[in-house]
Amino acid sequence: MNLISMFRRRDSAPVARERLQVLLAHERAFIGKSDLLAVLQEEIIAVIAKHVSIERERVQIKLDRGDPISTLEIDVEVPSAAAAAALREERPAMAGT
Amino acid sequence: MATVVVVTSGKGGVGKTTSTAALGAALAQQDQNVVVVDFDVGLRNLDLVMGAERRVVFDLINVVQGDAKLPQALIRDKRIDTLSLLPASQTRDKDALTAEGVTRVIDELRDRFDWIICDSPAGIERGATLAMRHADTAVVVTNPEVSSVRDSDRIIGMLDAKTARAEKGERIEKHLLLTRYDGARASRGEMLKTEDVLEILSIPLLGIIPESEEVLRASNLGAPVTIGTPNSPAAKAYFDAARRLRGETLVVKVPPQRRSIMSRLFGRRAVA
Repeated sequence: MNLISMFRRRDSAPVARERLQVLLAHERAFIGKSDLLAVLQEEIIAVIAKHVSIERERVQIKLDRGDPISTLEIDVEVPSAAAAAALREERPAMAGT
Repeated sequence: MATVVVVTSGKGGVGKTTSTAALGAALAQQDQNVVVVDFDVGLRNLDLVMGAERRVVFDLINVVQGDAKLPQALIRDKRIDTLSLLPASQTRDKDALTAEGVTRVIDELRDRFDWIICDSPAGIERGATLAMRHADTAVVVTNPEVSSVRDSDRIIGMLDAKTARAEKGERIEKHLLLTRYDGARASRGEMLKTEDVLEILSIPLLGIIPESEEVLRASNLGAPVTIGTPNSPAAKAYFDAARRLRGETLVVKVPPQRRSIMSRLFGRRAVA
């Protein structure tokens, strides 16, 4: 433990304050309302599903709620045309979910 | 084979979430595959203590209700890649947690991890009973203080009656984790002694975690103390506790008493 770390050790409260402010700003905004990021995520996946059948577990969603911006990262494995057709035949119920 | 651990206490504010994060991280730092699961539906905090609060997309309820697959809800720790978090829901209420759903999720987690550490909510209601339901091992977090010891006793009774293992007539391993231990106050006789707590609760001691500024700092920064300040006495106590959970036999160290500047200057020392 050197002198610099001794001083830096006091710095955790401002970090805590900032983390809480960002978190609570998001949480307060979403109480009783739907979360914009959640809505976007649902609708984006619905749009893709309209064109290709996708499997829920092949969708990876990453989120970083920040201030002033948040990022929403949706990673969808889109099967090739042939594979998509086969998938549709195999499991017609999955299409469009 | 996977081990399901419940971190429980009955009483609130004794250090369950902090200990879940620190023990989970310590095990993962020892190359174990670990998931920490928040059972405090509606009042989640493990995400905050783990520093993953901005990254929550899906939660335990989404998985229980089939709205998301387990891999989608698991959040991989950015510092230790053998550590994952399954957050609780912040907006739903506790009734959304069903016994069947929890059983299914725990079974699925058993296939993926070595350790499944369930952070129980305070109290003895549904959330707490579901968190302990599938436990093989319980970590009973207790402060050396009368109301905490009483509540721990109540929880120990529930572990022996209401868990799946107990119902099958099997034994559930129980360990005492003494937290917020203040060496100076203990030596002045102001706090219940470790031996007293052990004698009253009569379960083996997993560790003694000193009350320390590193633990508070860990929550502030969202880095479990074993990651943030791995050389601090609190982190060392958690590392040792993790090794004991893995079956090693280690002597429990009583944290040294912290002495104030005044007592250092004047050499006043309470008799231990």
